[in-house]
Amino acid sequence: MADVSLRKVIKRYDDVEAVRGIDLDIADHEFIVLVGPSGCGKSTTLRMIAGLEDISDGDITIGGDVVNDVPPKDRDIAMVFQNYALYPHMTVAENMSFGLRLKHYPKAEIKARVTEAARLLDITDLIDRKPKQLSGGQRQRVAMGRAIVRNPKVFLFDEPLSNLDAKLRVQMRIEIKKVHQKVRTTTVYVTHDQVEAMTLADRVVVMNKGRIEQIGTPNELYHKPATRFVAGFIGSPAMNFIPCRLEDAGGTLQIRLTDRIAFALPPARAARYNGLPRTDRLLLGIRPEHLTEAHAHLGPGVETFDTVLDVTEPMGMETLVYFGLEDTPVCGRVDPNAGARDGAPMRLAMDLNNMHLLNEETGVVL
Amino acid sequence: MADVVVEQGRLVRSTRPRKAAGLRNVLGRKSTVALFLTLPLILLIALLVLYPAFYSLYLATLNKAMTKFVGLGNFTFLFKRETFWMVVKQSCIFAITAVVFKALIGFIVAHFVHNIPGKKQRKWRGMLLVPWVIPPAMSTLAWLWLFDPSYSAFNYTLSFFGVGPIPWLGDTFWARFSVILVNVWYGAPFFLIMYLAALKSVPDQLYEAAAIDGANWWQKMWYVTLPMMRNIIAITTLFSLIVTFANFDIVRILTSGGPLDRTQLFATWAFQVGIQSSDIPLGACVSLFMVPILAVAAVFILRDVNKRGNEA
Repeated sequence: MADVSLRKVIKRYDDVEAVRGIDLDIADHEFIVLVGPSGCGKSTTLRMIAGLEDISDGDITIGGDVVNDVPPKDRDIAMVFQNYALYPHMTVAENMSFGLRLKHYPKAEIKARVTEAARLLDITDLIDRKPKQLSGGQRQRVAMGRAIVRNPKVFLFDEPLSNLDAKLRVQMRIEIKKVHQKVRTTTVYVTHDQVEAMTLADRVVVMNKGRIEQIGTPNELYHKPATRFVAGFIGSPAMNFIPCRLEDAGGTLQIRLTDRIAFALPPARAARYNGLPRTDRLLLGIRPEHLTEAHAHLGPGVETFDTVLDVTEPMGMETLVYFGLEDTPVCGRVDPNAGARDGAPMRLAMDLNNMHLLNEETGVVL
Repeated sequence: MADVVVEQGRLVRSTRPRKAAGLRNVLGRKSTVALFLTLPLILLIALLVLYPAFYSLYLATLNKAMTKFVGLGNFTFLFKRETFWMVVKQSCIFAITAVVFKALIGFIVAHFVHNIPGKKQRKWRGMLLVPWVIPPAMSTLAWLWLFDPSYSAFNYTLSFFGVGPIPWLGDTFWARFSVILVNVWYGAPFFLIMYLAALKSVPDQLYEAAAIDGANWWQKMWYVTLPMMRNIIAITTLFSLIVTFANFDIVRILTSGGPLDRTQLFATWAFQVGIQSSDIPLGACVSLFMVPILAVAAVFILRDVNKRGNEA
């Protein structure tokens, strides 16, 4: 087990910079998830930690040692691949023990480690099968088993659940979390699925266009996003961004969304945004769960407005409602019994205590 | 009266469509369509393979003048001849040595070509295939000149190093060496192309997984590449073994089996005995000996190809 750190790590392919200077410190035992859209450099970053890609510039250290020029086999890491990469001609046991056999471990110890890992992952019955005789979920367990038996300093996961169906993915997500709780090995996990990132990570690293947008705990990213990209990427359905501007009205600060809709800001928010120039082009960032049906008794900072719904999506425990504010499509979440129907008028409430204000040009959350 | 007419009319009407529908059903069956579509090939194989095969079986049981049935007489006669056992030995040495070298060279060159990037690889692939696409009768003539003892390029070049002249086709060892060399030159590109295709089908992630598991170059080759190529290696080897074992043109052009039958193979000896010496039954008998030997080879090599079929 070890800490991992990346210092100004750059990866260039000819003229293209895939990773543009990443600084990241991963503590011992920590579960870090790199998340971002495809092409953001997250897999490249992981492969550089693994040693499968050379780094163009910067330093990577594992357990305090710079490993820039150390081949993968000497980095003491284990990796789980998206398509499992199990050796098709070997049995489950042979797949799991391959690394140990290459390092000439005693047979008794190999057997003990494989048995223990198989028990941990509940694949004891499959130990003599070949990979083609296993289902996707079972193969994924074997791939994890192969990583666990090595007892490496660092686990690397490269989108390990992408090939599984939705139900199995949820199940395996929980399995991975359980395994990490038991073995506590430092883990770097790459995914494009923000739900996986939120549920698994101690800290999430959101990447975009080869750079880190924000590093934080899942809660920090959700409630205090630093940029428009993070605000829009984390959370499903995504945060709404509504063009707005700040106005002074009779001694209070208000935001104007449309000609007829303007809300007075709650005092805490007003104090925070008071210094902003009134001419800036701004975006109101509000998550769908803070746009709900209007109740008779509204709390402080909750404002109502009338709108006509375009489309409704009943999800069972909630109903998603879609409507337009001028040209901006907006999504809200209402109670399934609130009477939301396609094309029907509805009074909605916006909780401005949970709003975000963003600079439209820079995308920075103010 | 009217009832009868109606009855007859109904009968007539109901019988005809049933017959037509029955025929249509038979014709419409997938298996019938498949049979008709494959029939030309089946007939062609019957005509060009089965008929000659059975005919040679029949020929092998006749006497030299082809007038009398002698049963297995030709076979027992062959067993007593020293030349026959020499041909058996030579054919085995020729086929096994040539296939081993073709496979080795094909394997090594396939790895080099596999590691050449992009467009350059296509050029190299094309150039390396040249020996295989030239008709061997033609390219072997060029080799014949190269092997000439008195004025050939080989002996001329060797003379600068104070070696030779080597009697390439006149000495038993060198004649055997030469026919094997030309066969390897001609056949290695086939292995190259098959192995290259096999190499390309091994997923990169297996190598990456092996690298992380701690495998060095040799271990990746031994534990990943070779097992993944196993089926292709087996099938290619078997196929090449059959073709090499039955080789005719290279030996015929280079040495005609000489010196003193020391490069004679089954096919060339069968030709010499059967056609040139006008003993067609004995020639047929010689060529029939290839069948059991190749059948044994096929069983050994293909033994576990089916078993390992869809492992990946």
